[in-house]
Amino acid sequence: MTASTLRIALVGNPNCGKTALFNQLTGGRQKVANYAGVTVERKEGRFTAPSGRVLQVLDLPGTYSFDVTSPDEQITRDVLEGNYPGESAPDLIVCVADATNLRLHLRFVLEVKRLGRPMVLALNMMDAAARRGIRIDVPELSRRLGMPVVETVAVKREGVKALMARVDGEMPEAAQAQADDAASRSGLHAQVRELMAATVTMPRATAELDDALDRWALHPVFGLAILSLVMFLVFQAVYAAGKPMTDLIGDGFGWLGDHATAWMPAGPLQSLIVDGLFGGLGTVIGFLPEILVLFFFILVLEESGYLPRAAFLLDRWMVSVGLTGRSFIPLLSSFACAIPGIMGTRSITDPRDRLATILVAPLMTCSARLPVYALLIGAFIPTRRVWGVFNMQGLVLFALYAAGVIGAMAVAWVMKKMRRDRSEHALLMELPSYRLPKLRDVAIGLYERGMIFLKRLTGIILGLTILMWFLSSFPAPPAGATGPAIDYSAAGYIGRGLQVIFAPLGFNWQICVSLIPAFAARETAVAALATVYAVGGEGADGAGLAQALAANFSLASALSLMVWFAFAPQCMSTLAVIRRETDSWRNVGISFGYMFAVAYVASFVTYQITSLLT
Amino acid sequence: MRLSDLPKGATAVVDRVDDAHASDPIAQRLRDLGFVAGEPVRVAAMGPMGADPLLIQIGSTRFALRRKEADRVLVRVEAVA
Repeated sequence: MTASTLRIALVGNPNCGKTALFNQLTGGRQKVANYAGVTVERKEGRFTAPSGRVLQVLDLPGTYSFDVTSPDEQITRDVLEGNYPGESAPDLIVCVADATNLRLHLRFVLEVKRLGRPMVLALNMMDAAARRGIRIDVPELSRRLGMPVVETVAVKREGVKALMARVDGEMPEAAQAQADDAASRSGLHAQVRELMAATVTMPRATAELDDALDRWALHPVFGLAILSLVMFLVFQAVYAAGKPMTDLIGDGFGWLGDHATAWMPAGPLQSLIVDGLFGGLGTVIGFLPEILVLFFFILVLEESGYLPRAAFLLDRWMVSVGLTGRSFIPLLSSFACAIPGIMGTRSITDPRDRLATILVAPLMTCSARLPVYALLIGAFIPTRRVWGVFNMQGLVLFALYAAGVIGAMAVAWVMKKMRRDRSEHALLMELPSYRLPKLRDVAIGLYERGMIFLKRLTGIILGLTILMWFLSSFPAPPAGATGPAIDYSAAGYIGRGLQVIFAPLGFNWQICVSLIPAFAARETAVAALATVYAVGGEGADGAGLAQALAANFSLASALSLMVWFAFAPQCMSTLAVIRRETDSWRNVGISFGYMFAVAYVASFVTYQITSLLT
Repeated sequence: MRLSDLPKGATAVVDRVDDAHASDPIAQRLRDLGFVAGEPVRVAAMGPMGADPLLIQIGSTRFALRRKEADRVLVRVEAVA
């Protein structure tokens, strides 16, 4: 590190806009959303100030107080006090406070001030404060606090100029350090009240819009009705909006495959390109639209401030099954992917609630399972209308998601019954102001997710697909063989070996083979099935694969496979995250073991019952 | 009276927060969040099941508290002039 690098830390109460400021300052693309606890890790970025100096910026998890109650708050405290491993205390602290919520946020500002380090206060969301008629005497506030105060609007590019100039300028003088003890801390509120009385006038304590919306959103009856409707519409939309685009992409790759077949000489290379790449990868990429539609809704919900309301409505119910209202947001993120979901549990204060949430999070249907469901539903479930409005395929998809949720509740309930610790754990959750989602943030979020998907596709999924093609194509059948060539390949042997275990679930050997790469990345199951059937001579693109599946296995097998994916052990990366977040191989074992057992039993029952009925 | 005894929509002023047991972190966090003597509070909403949790507005902030947490907060109902 050069002498001219200034290290700045952004701190403040949860959901005051630290990460939005960080993104504006550094040009970063860290995730922002409208609820407390989005940032659970220390994030680092840098920018070059007008003076040419390089500034290193740390974005820290929000915290209400130095009397920490959760792992993410601990990180913030450690960094500020210079106790974070491998890092000295920052040169300058930028304390961020929401200008519409100063009564709460100023207390933490005063607490940070007692560290006795150079510090700047950024009054964020000044635009929202102005709209609500809140007037702040900034020079007076600055004088009384004894630190520079800068107004910011973190969601606008122009809104951080003053802050940028301020941190690039002369280093503010530090206040005198004060001991941190309960007695002096209890005096902070009185100081805040004094500051508020002298510098802030507000016509109304809360935004009228929030009160009006909450009357509906938190209503005991309408609130629950709205929540169910929102969730249901999201999953209907995934199918209704995503499917036509998926079909289009599938057709495109089918066309490419046909042309490649026509142009290339027959042989292993043609087979690799047509069957492996266009057939396998093309099928997976076709599901990108569905994934993006799902993410669009999750991002909009996150930005709006509605999610903590949902957590409020569901808290009592979640407690009764052994979770907490706070579990709701990590569990909802797990519909995108269990990995950010499990990391998001860091904002759950209580270790017991947190572990329960981590263990059930993978039961939420992640977006990687969507291609598998979409393929099987498309192949086996008729597209008819139910009660005139709902799409039958959408309903089955909803049922699969519901199965994951109900399974998670059941598992959490069993864990609750098994544990001995019955001490009390707090909810204490702040409900933020509603906010209109910013098109730019949603677009960035979608872009990031889309890129992650494409990187997986060109990395691990591509690699596994080529491997699957190889296993399905070699060794070549012996001279004089009568059956299809693929029966003599390595994939054929492996699949038939596994079939011993999975036959009671109605899985044929092709399905068994596809389960192996699915353990690395779920979507690969689709690519693997596509490759196996393509090499076997049936169908390459998405639509062709659906026909090949419909011809090769029964409705009972298809339903059984969908149920398997609803509960089956999560992918390797999820297990790795569980290991990292809980620091325990035992939890990894529990997680893998119970999911395998539940999936096996559920698929077995599904297959046997459906076989009897059809 | 306790914060958890207030009906929906009622306002009151915080008197103090009691520790439910020795060195109660939940009580400490409530104090840090501004539940200190003299602060006006309002019960803004109640959850759909068993009227739990409570949505408490204190200052400009809305906190969701379970009844057990709100039990720790003692309040006075003052006649509004």
